[in-house]
Amino acid sequence: MAAKKSSKKPNVSAEELTSYYRDMLLIRRFEEKAGQLYGMGLIGGFCHLYIGQEAVVVGLEAAAEEGDKRVTSYRDHGHMLACGMDPNGVMAELTGREGGYSKGKGGSMHMFSKEKHFYGGHGIVAAQVPLGAGLAFADQYKDNGRVTFTYFGDGAANQGQVYETFNMAALWKLPVIFVIENNQYAMGTSQQRSTSSAEIWERGKAFGIPGEAVDGMDVLAVKEAGQKAVAHARKDGPYILEIKTYRYRGHSMSDPAKYRTREEVQKMRDERDPIEAVRTLLLEGNHATEDDLKAIDKEIKKVVNESADFAKESPEPHLDELWTDIYATEVPQEA
Amino acid sequence: MATEILMPALSPTMEEGTLAKWLVKEGDEVSSGDILAEIETDKATMEFEAVDEGTIGKILIEEGTEGVKVNTAIAVLLEEGETADDIDSAKSAPAQAKSDDSDAKSSDDSDDSDRATPAEGKKQPQPDTSPDWPEGTPMKQQTVREALRDAMAEEMRRDNDVFLMGEEVAEYQGAYKISQGLLDEFGAKRVIDTPITEHGFAGIGVGAAFGGLRPIVEFMTFNFAMQAMDQIINSAAKTLYMSGGQMGAPMVFRGPNGAAARVGAQHSQDYAAWFMQIPGLKVAMPYSASDYKGLMKSAIRDPNPVIFLENEILYGRSFDVPDVEDYTVPFGKARIWREGSDVTIVSFGIGMTYALEAAEKLAEEGIEAEVIDLRTLRPMDTDTVLKSVMKTNRCVTVEEGWPQGSVGGYISGVIMQEAFDYLDAPVITCTGKDVPMPYAANLEKHALVTTDEVVKAVKQVTYR
Repeated sequence: MAAKKSSKKPNVSAEELTSYYRDMLLIRRFEEKAGQLYGMGLIGGFCHLYIGQEAVVVGLEAAAEEGDKRVTSYRDHGHMLACGMDPNGVMAELTGREGGYSKGKGGSMHMFSKEKHFYGGHGIVAAQVPLGAGLAFADQYKDNGRVTFTYFGDGAANQGQVYETFNMAALWKLPVIFVIENNQYAMGTSQQRSTSSAEIWERGKAFGIPGEAVDGMDVLAVKEAGQKAVAHARKDGPYILEIKTYRYRGHSMSDPAKYRTREEVQKMRDERDPIEAVRTLLLEGNHATEDDLKAIDKEIKKVVNESADFAKESPEPHLDELWTDIYATEVPQEA
Repeated sequence: MATEILMPALSPTMEEGTLAKWLVKEGDEVSSGDILAEIETDKATMEFEAVDEGTIGKILIEEGTEGVKVNTAIAVLLEEGETADDIDSAKSAPAQAKSDDSDAKSSDDSDDSDRATPAEGKKQPQPDTSPDWPEGTPMKQQTVREALRDAMAEEMRRDNDVFLMGEEVAEYQGAYKISQGLLDEFGAKRVIDTPITEHGFAGIGVGAAFGGLRPIVEFMTFNFAMQAMDQIINSAAKTLYMSGGQMGAPMVFRGPNGAAARVGAQHSQDYAAWFMQIPGLKVAMPYSASDYKGLMKSAIRDPNPVIFLENEILYGRSFDVPDVEDYTVPFGKARIWREGSDVTIVSFGIGMTYALEAAEKLAEEGIEAEVIDLRTLRPMDTDTVLKSVMKTNRCVTVEEGWPQGSVGGYISGVIMQEAFDYLDAPVITCTGKDVPMPYAANLEKHALVTTDEVVKAVKQVTYR
C-alpha cells in the first residue's frame, strides 16, 4: 500500500499553513544550529538531528489537544520544539548548561517537560514504547480523555517490547497512538535489510490494532491521519501510524553515512522536502508573498541565534547539582 | 505389601498442611488417579490423588487435623489379599518415629536443620530491644504473607492512585497468594492481571508512574525481573535525575527473591547486591512480618522506585505484628534483634534465620552475638553496624547471595574504611557458594549459607 497523501486541494487556511511553515522551519534551523555547535565542540556526546522529518511532529501536534502527552526516543529535539518547549531551554540542555531543561544533567537524549506533557527523550531503543502505553494507562485510569503519542523508529519496531506493548494496549484498549517514524534506516541498516515486513504498521493487525501508512513528507497528510488516529484512540484504543519519512543527516553527528548514496539524499531533498512543499502551497495559493516568507525566515533565525547565545552564556551547572535529584522527597505534581 | 500414603508436599516450600477432608473411607477400593483427600496449605486447597491401586486399609490421620508435616503417613493402602490386621504395628510406628526425629533435629548441630525445619515448634529468638513500637502496643500473630497483603490493602484504601499489576495477581489471587482478596475489594481496575510479559508490563508500570499513578508491579519472582531490568534501571531509577527533578517513578517492584526450595538455578537467585548498586532505587529486604508490613507501607508512599525483595520461604512464617491503625517502618534504619558484646552479626531477609539461630547456639557456648537486621539495603544503616562493631570489635555478615560483589563485601569495605582501628579480626562474609543453584536436595543445602558456617565464622573472628 502506498502512503496516504493529503487531498490535492487542501482545505487549509493561510494562517494554518503559515504556522506549519514556521514550526517546521524552526526545527530545521534549530537543528542546523545544533549541528554547528556540535562541530564547535559546544555540544558533546550523541546528537541525533531531526532534519528532514519535521512534518511528522508538526503535523501530529496539529492533531493534538491540550493535555495530550507525547514520549519519544533520543531523536527528540523536533518533538520538544513542536510541542512548545522553549528553544533556549532545549539548546542549553544540548550544551550541558544550568539553563537546560534538565539543568544540564540529561543532555540531547534525555529531556522532559511536565508543563508541556513531554515525557522524554529516552536513550534506549524502544524503551519509550511501553512507557507511552503506561502514560495512556494512567489517563485511562483517571478517565481524563487524554491520549499519548508514542513515537519510535523503524529500527525500534523490531524490539520485542514493542509487541509486548501492542498486546497489552489492544487488550486494555489504551488511548495511545503508536507513531512509527520510518526514516528507512535503523542507524546504518536499511529497512530492507532489517525488517521482514515492508509495511510495519500491518504488524498491528496481529493484535487487532488498526493503522495506516502516511506520507511523512506531507504535513497536511500527517495532520489528517493524526486527527483520525486521535479520534480512534480517545474512543476505541490504540492506533498505529507508520509515517514514511526521511532523515537527511546521519544517524548521529558521528555517522559517516556510507550506507546510502549522496544522490539518494539529494533527490529526497530536491523532490520531497516537507518545508519546500508548504512554501509552494503558500506561494501558489497566494497565501503569502516571498517577502512574507522572508520575514518569517528572519524571525526564526533570530529565535535560533538567541537560543544558541543563551546556550553558550548559561553557566555550567553548579557542582552541587551532581548530588541533587537522585531521590525525590515528594512526588512532583502533575502540571 | 501394605503401602503408606504420605502427606504430600504440594509446593516447593510446603512444610506442613491441614488434612481438610477425606474423600475415601476405610475399606474403599481406589485406583491411581482417584482423589483421596483435600489438603489445605496456607496458599491453597489442593486435591490429592492416589498413585497406586489398592484398598484403604486404615486412615491414620483424621480429617480436620492441622499442621500435618509433609511425609507423615496419613493412611495405609492394602494390596489384594491383605487385611487391616496386617498393618498396625508394622506401619504406623516408623511414621511416628520419623516425626519425632524431625523435632529433635532442630536442636542438634547437623546443618540439615538449617533450612528444612518447620517454622512451628521453633520459637524465633526475641529481640532484646524493640525500638519499632512502644511497650504495651497490642500485638497479633501474622504470617509474612498476611502482613504484605494487609499493607497493600491499607495503602490502596488510603490512596486511589495505588494499583497492583502482575501475573496472576487478580483472579488467581496471586501465584504465592500474596494478593488474596484484593480483587474482591478493589476490583479489576486496580488489581490487574497481565500477560506473561515482564519487560512490557514493567515499562507500562513505569509510564503509569510518570503519568501520576502509584503502581505496585509484582514479579512472580525476581528471576523474571531480569527481563525487565532495562525498564527498572534505565527508565525508573534514572529519570528523576535525567529530568532535573521534573519527573520520576514513584512505584514499587515487588516479589519473591532468592532461593525457594528445589527449583534449580534459574529460579533461585538473590538479587540483593545487584539492585543495591543502583542510585535512584531504594531496596528493602525484610525478614519479619512486622517489617514486611511497615516497610511495604512506606515503600508504597515513597516518591521513588522501590525494589521490595521478599522471600518465598518466609511467606508462611508467623511473627508478632503491632495491631495498630497505621504501622510503618522507615527506610534506612536497621533493627537490633539481639544485643551482645562479643561479635556483630549483620544480615537481612532470610539470612536473619541463620544469624539468629547461630546467635542462639553461640550463646550456649558463652559467646554473645549482637544481631543486626539491615532491613533496607538502600539506604543502608551502616551507622548502626559501625557503632556495634566499635563495641564488639568483630563482625560476620550473612546472606544467601553469591560472594563476589556481595552485600557483605560492601559492608566489610565500609567497616575497614570507617572502623579499621576497632577491628580485632578480619570481617568474614558468609554467603551462598559461588555456584549456580543445583537441584539435588543435598547439593542445594550446601550451596546456601548454613547456620554452622555462621557459627564457625564467629568462632574464627573471636579466636575460639
